[in-house]
Amino acid sequence: MSQLLIGAYRPGRTLIHRIPAGPKLGLVALFGIATVTVPGDWSALGFLAFALGLALWVRMPVRATLRALRPLLLVIVLVTAFQVWQKGWATAIDVVAGLLASVIIALVFTATTSIDSILDAITRGLGPFRRIGVNPERVALAFSLVLRAIPDIFDIAQETRAAAKARGLDRSPRALLVPMALRTVARAYETGDALAARGLGDD
Amino acid sequence: MPIQLDEVAVSVSTADGDLALLHPTTLTLGERRIALVGSNGSGKSTFARLLNGLIEPTAGTVTVDGLDTRRDGAAVRRKVGFVFTNPDSQLVMPTSLEDIALSLRRTIKDKDARRAQARNILTEMGLAERADTSIHALSGGQKQLLALAGILATDPDVLIADEPTTLLDLRNTQLIADRLFALRQQLILVTHDLDLALRCDRAIVIDDARVAFDGQPADAVAFYRELVGS
Repeated sequence: MSQLLIGAYRPGRTLIHRIPAGPKLGLVALFGIATVTVPGDWSALGFLAFALGLALWVRMPVRATLRALRPLLLVIVLVTAFQVWQKGWATAIDVVAGLLASVIIALVFTATTSIDSILDAITRGLGPFRRIGVNPERVALAFSLVLRAIPDIFDIAQETRAAAKARGLDRSPRALLVPMALRTVARAYETGDALAARGLGDD
Repeated sequence: MPIQLDEVAVSVSTADGDLALLHPTTLTLGERRIALVGSNGSGKSTFARLLNGLIEPTAGTVTVDGLDTRRDGAAVRRKVGFVFTNPDSQLVMPTSLEDIALSLRRTIKDKDARRAQARNILTEMGLAERADTSIHALSGGQKQLLALAGILATDPDVLIADEPTTLLDLRNTQLIADRLFALRQQLILVTHDLDLALRCDRAIVIDDARVAFDGQPADAVAFYRELVGS
């Protein structure tokens, strides 16, 4: 079972839940840009505190959120080590706190916005591009499937790791990566068939 | 709704030459409940997937109510729904409500109306309490019910169910089977469950990529039992 929060909508009645999906997506993008363009370790810590505050406000479960962030741990350790080595602690805090803040805001977005609303927002937003051949429904569907695929791929990775371990191959990268890649492609085909079976993506 | 197969064959190219997945077959499927039985790898699923255009024939034509699955694939899929063996393959949205709403997007443009209709469908399926539940948190039976609801939400005229009870326990098998047999739609049921096959109006035995028997369910089941030596 997926332990990830990405794509896991949690219904609620907070102001964040009530902001329409389109403007909310715009705010998420602005927040991401701000974490990169506003310099300084204190401002980055401020962004992080703000993101954590929002996560608490919308009642995201603490344990599940920490679990969702766990796959980022290796990236954070590597980025921190590299930044400390190259530019010192202040820059490391700036970069890592900004990165964490952006991820948490993305989790807040998916936790407070139903996929249905996201689909509507993207379809509406891309409407004007229909005249140049863009199919907004198809783009929106692809966007939502990406959100759905992230926890799926982590599930496949966990299952593949367990299967490799059961055969005593837990230290073999090939025993993990090859079946994982094949199963991910197979899942993509299955999803395509499932959508076609509902007449979605045919239009 | 008549489904017509006219000299339909499916094959794939392999290193050793062409491999037949279905030998040339001609028949009409018009009965309300039709069972497809056969051993694993016999060609049942290939046959079933031909009927709504998920697989295109290598030769011959499949028509549904006059629509060619190769030429009018999208229109055919709007008429013929398909339920897969593994509901995990079929559920593509994070929660039950959103998954049903996805099926309704083409027909109901207003979001609130769509969500209300999705809730109605979940209520009919006995899943109202699970509307906002992650699909990962549903039991096997609930997932299969939800997958079925997701297809029925598109209001097809024909429903193809490819071994929909294979992964379920006895209670859930009974639950899904009762739902399927209560549908107004024409049902084409791929199954290993011979009791379910016996509840149909017609049964087709597929063996070695060809139709080995086609007739009354009791006769078809007897033929199949003899074929597999049980």
